Amino acid sequence: MGFTMTVYGVLFYLLAVSIVLSTAMAITRRHAVHAVVYLVISFFGTALLFYLLGAPLIAAFEVIIYAGAIMVLFLFIIMMLKLEPAQRRMASYIWQWVPAILLGGMTLALAALMIIMNPVSQAPLHATTASPSELGRFLFHHYWFPVEIVSFLLFVALVGALYLGRREHASGKDHTGDEP
Amino acid sequence: MIVPYGHVLLLAVTLFVMGAACCVARRNLLMILIGVEIILNAAGVALVGASLKWHQLDGQVFVIFIMAVAAAEVAVGLALILCSQRRTGSVDADSYNLMKG
Repeated sequence: MGFTMTVYGVLFYLLAVSIVLSTAMAITRRHAVHAVVYLVISFFGTALLFYLLGAPLIAAFEVIIYAGAIMVLFLFIIMMLKLEPAQRRMASYIWQWVPAILLGGMTLALAALMIIMNPVSQAPLHATTASPSELGRFLFHHYWFPVEIVSFLLFVALVGALYLGRREHASGKDHTGDEP
Repeated sequence: MIVPYGHVLLLAVTLFVMGAACCVARRNLLMILIGVEIILNAAGVALVGASLKWHQLDGQVFVIFIMAVAAAEVAVGLALILCSQRRTGSVDADSYNLMKG
């Protein structure tokens, strides 16, 4: 079809390269804090990608929930834990990474082959935008029951996190409540 | 006219494989949880691309649900990591060998 590269196409490939590179940096860092900071960059890139693909509300949620809330939660937990640097020989690192890269590369090659062979995935996308009000109307009109279930799931997760995070000595004998 | 949908899908598969490799190869429990986050994010990329391709809003709705589930999962997962670090004093997956003979 004479693939002419539009501005959107250039933006997409630049974003894709930056997302993949920052994710690759994130999963290979030795310290978890560095990994989290690289992952924040990756999530910002993903948010821009969502905006490019016509989902501005999802882009805002990506920044707020993923890059904001979840990553800050990770940072707080890393600060709370006393992390000891792992002493390990180089050989054990290699023997962890070799099977992972081998199997991952195989999966990636097979997926690329299947995507290339499928003619449906070759047609270029046309840029449209779903406005937030449109998406919200759709969500609460068609998916109101899953929204309720998800809110219940978040409540259960809150209770579970509170139960797991409480102090050991406050659990057994006295329930007089010295918990904060 | 942005790009073919196959390229969006290829990006999603690449991110998924990276997250899965992070889960499998790293031994730090925090890094394993970060790998799960990358996997969920990759699923979101694929769903938003599909939503644009077929002009249906269901894909974006499912990304919202994925984000809620990811938030719940990371809250419970980090609480579990904190709990096990209090019990054993380590977040290294190799050090959980209590039942080793």
